[in-house]
Amino acid sequence: MNEKNLKKKSLEYRKTILEIIFKSGAGHTGGSLSCIDILNVLYNSVMDISPKNFPNLDRDHFIQSKGHSVEALFTVLCDCGFYSKKDLNTLNQFNSHFIGHPTKKVPGIEHNTGALGHGLSVAVGLAICKKIDQKNNKVFSLLGDGELSEGSVWEACTTASKYNLDNLIVIVDRNDLQITGKTEDVNPIEPIDKKFKSFGFETISTNGNNISDLLSVFQHVPVKENKPTVIIAKTTKGSGVSFIENQIDWHHKVPNKDEYESAISELNEKLNSYE
Amino acid sequence: MNEIGKPNLEVFSETLLKEARKNKNIIVVTSDSRGSGKLVPFGKELPNQIIEVGIAEQNLVGVSSGLAAGGKIVFGVSPASFLTARALEQIKNDVAYSDLNVSLIGISAGISYGQLGSTHHSIHDFATLRTINNMTIVAPADNFEAAEVIKQAISYNHPLYIRYGKKPMMDIHPPGTKFKIGKSIVVKKGEDLTIVATGETLQRAYLASEILKKSNIHCSIISMHTIKPFDKKTFIEFSQNSKAILTVEEHSIFGGLGECCASLIAQNNINVKLKILGIPDEYMINGSQADVLDHYNMSPEKIAEISKDLLNK
Repeated sequence: MNEKNLKKKSLEYRKTILEIIFKSGAGHTGGSLSCIDILNVLYNSVMDISPKNFPNLDRDHFIQSKGHSVEALFTVLCDCGFYSKKDLNTLNQFNSHFIGHPTKKVPGIEHNTGALGHGLSVAVGLAICKKIDQKNNKVFSLLGDGELSEGSVWEACTTASKYNLDNLIVIVDRNDLQITGKTEDVNPIEPIDKKFKSFGFETISTNGNNISDLLSVFQHVPVKENKPTVIIAKTTKGSGVSFIENQIDWHHKVPNKDEYESAISELNEKLNSYE
Repeated sequence: MNEIGKPNLEVFSETLLKEARKNKNIIVVTSDSRGSGKLVPFGKELPNQIIEVGIAEQNLVGVSSGLAAGGKIVFGVSPASFLTARALEQIKNDVAYSDLNVSLIGISAGISYGQLGSTHHSIHDFATLRTINNMTIVAPADNFEAAEVIKQAISYNHPLYIRYGKKPMMDIHPPGTKFKIGKSIVVKKGEDLTIVATGETLQRAYLASEILKKSNIHCSIISMHTIKPFDKKTFIEFSQNSKAILTVEEHSIFGGLGECCASLIAQNNINVKLKILGIPDEYMINGSQADVLDHYNMSPEKIAEISKDLLNK
């Protein structure tokens, strides 16, 4: 998919994220908006994952370790044809499979996540499996920056390095904020790149809300043979909606009607500029 | 006379090696537990079927889940104490909730580590894992059960936890016995009381029944190797037809075999006496597995004595 269409998609996705959170009355607005461009590029330009090949294991894999940003993932999977918008609209309703974190009951979800610090070990296991089976597929995993305080993330890194998992691509959604405040105030995690490097990863930094930067960076992974890669994607929490950006309370705040309409009109204006 | 067999842990590793030779999809994951899991021969013969993650139990369970998600039949092997406490959340979310084909092998379970102390004991594993939806929990008693559960685990296709001790176990079951996960084995039938035991305490219950026989007291002995799903049918049938029930487990008296039986008796309005033997809620006395079990009333002699008391004989 070309860059312009991806950019338009990112705006449409943002509208859908806000719509389903507004209508269902719950969701992680800030984090979903920060990682949506990454998911957009992954599913529409990088990964070999589709509704058709999903039941077959001979494809790429994606584990969203920061499970709370599920509204972004649900939105992209819906657009990729894993299920209908009607299904997606059941988000948070009684007995719906579309809940506040990824579950495999939703088509296209690879693994149940939500508790932080779990996804990377699972991705490592999948990547080892691909090596054993001598398959060229890649395993992608999206982590939050606050999540890096979980020790289990670093346990997983040691194994990724030991088994030379150049088929493992980790993306850190570096939006600088977590539920309590700035990551560097809550429990400093910098220098992220040096930490991953010392654990045996190749690291690249990019603007995680810039489609062309993301397209370019994914063309260069894995960075080095026999080495796992981490992409530190600098993002803005709440990206794309001016009054949500970089606001701590929008971690899981739900827009009221005025806020929703204002956000949609801001996104529509940006969309119109592409016409 | 029943022969003394091998440690169940050895039977586990020998059985797994035999199966893994035939099935390249079987992968073992260890956390510096190759030696204590008796898996050194496995590692030497099938180096491409063993993954070592170092001392990192959470990672062991996560990596096992990923391998299973990729289509492997996975055995995650780690000391029961660390596996079921440190990595409990990975067991809950990555294995059970995600419904993956991972058999978690808790080695040196219960109080097998003896004098190494409470950090190394797993007398909580039945209780914690019973509350997790989609978990199956098995504690094999003798070499036969230890081998059979592994053969069945390979095609079980769902989360499984199996705990093994490391002392040689007496052969309890005669040739031709049938083993099925979820179905208890009636070792013997007697009209006076029923002793329900799980894992390595079955041997002690069996020896107690031999002592009682000399006093003309006839016990039924049930090997409740599967703690979950519990074989309610067999248990209810025996509790309705016994004068008393005695449960024996190498586990806390809270949340394990005994309390499961108590719940079934109460909820099915069965009028039968019950006594639960296990590790009480106290700072556990130091000693070998055998000495500690003896201390907490689980020697064959003490089990026999308590049985007599239950029957007022």
